[in-house]
Amino acid sequence: MPKVKLPRKSTNIDMTAMCDVAFLLLTFFMLATKFKPDEPVVVKTPASISDIPLPDADVMLLTIDPKGRIFFSIDNKNFRKSLIDNIDQYKNLGLTEAEKNSFAIGSSVGFPFNQLKSFLATPPGDQKKLEETAPGVPADTSVDNPNNELAAWIRSARNTNPRLRICIKADQDATYPEVQKVIKTLEGWKIFKFNLITNLKAVPPGTAAYALAQGGAKK
Amino acid sequence: MAEMDTSSSGGHKKGPGVKKSKKLSTRIDLTPMCDLGFLLITFFMYTTTMAKPKTMEINMPYKDPNIKEQDQTKIKESEALTILLSKNHRVYYYEGIGSDPNKPPDVKVTYFKPSGGIRDEIIAKEQKVAQLRQSGQLLPKDEMTVLIKPDTNSTYDDLVNILDEMSISDVKTYAIVDITQVDQDFIQKTEQANGGK
Repeated sequence: MPKVKLPRKSTNIDMTAMCDVAFLLLTFFMLATKFKPDEPVVVKTPASISDIPLPDADVMLLTIDPKGRIFFSIDNKNFRKSLIDNIDQYKNLGLTEAEKNSFAIGSSVGFPFNQLKSFLATPPGDQKKLEETAPGVPADTSVDNPNNELAAWIRSARNTNPRLRICIKADQDATYPEVQKVIKTLEGWKIFKFNLITNLKAVPPGTAAYALAQGGAKK
Repeated sequence: MAEMDTSSSGGHKKGPGVKKSKKLSTRIDLTPMCDLGFLLITFFMYTTTMAKPKTMEINMPYKDPNIKEQDQTKIKESEALTILLSKNHRVYYYEGIGSDPNKPPDVKVTYFKPSGGIRDEIIAKEQKVAQLRQSGQLLPKDEMTVLIKPDTNSTYDDLVNILDEMSISDVKTYAIVDITQVDQDFIQKTEQANGGK
């Protein structure tokens, strides 16, 4: 009986299909990616059942870290330039054009006004290191207090862009008096509506909110 | 790994002196390209933030210095629940607003818990107010009002938790109020009564 000849098959696989899939996924991720914004400090936000998404644009972010330092930032690059012009005029900081540009491309500010000039004068690469030891923007419970520099920032930011939404991103271990300073400052400028950034947590079953969510889903 | 050049094997022999033109395969090994593709995918998957942060909207009561005191709506003692946030995530609460110094309220302590915590107390108070409304002791428009008073040693986590409890239990009217000395004394007294913890 003759041997059955098995045709020898090549071990090579056509990679074209796999390559196609890889690049398809790559394209998807490249388009879907929004890079994590540069954050001065690591903040662990508390969880809530609220599921309102953060607005995409025109956000003023007030970050409070566990030690109670306050960082101020706005997202729109165009407004950052006019904001620093405004602040420079208002507080007579005497910033140079280069320092203003450094602010416009930077991320957030955690320095009092008297240290702002030297902070902005440092090259962008070293700014991040400085931010780690930044004292934070000084704040107070009253807007009339001249030491309440946060009030000046908020005032100027609202002057340059009145549509700004204010978001407070505080660490869960930040003590209440620190948060209160920010809230009182906002109240002082007649801002009574703002957002607190939280993580999402599941609605506990058997509560009024749960029934509401269920009822809403049925409709 | 490259593909075998099979297309030229069938060609006939050329005479001497004729240069053999080697036919090259048009196939390219795609493995490195595929590797690169996946490497980049890994990078983008790692850096991407798919979950957008969620926010909680909060409306503080409008403070207008022009409003005179007699025009302000007063909270009724029977519809109010005062919640004091204190250290170590403790929650003190009492019914009413504790304005009468002769009748100190019964301050109790609890924690944030899925059951048997502050949530049950809020629900119980809500039912009590609903009963009072039915029996006519409260007007139909009166609603339970929760006063949240965070102490100086409470954390932001507590504040968000209690605001969250408000939305969980669907409490319509609540306010964040500054803590008073009276309330701080209540906390101290309760602490002493519970063994000075």
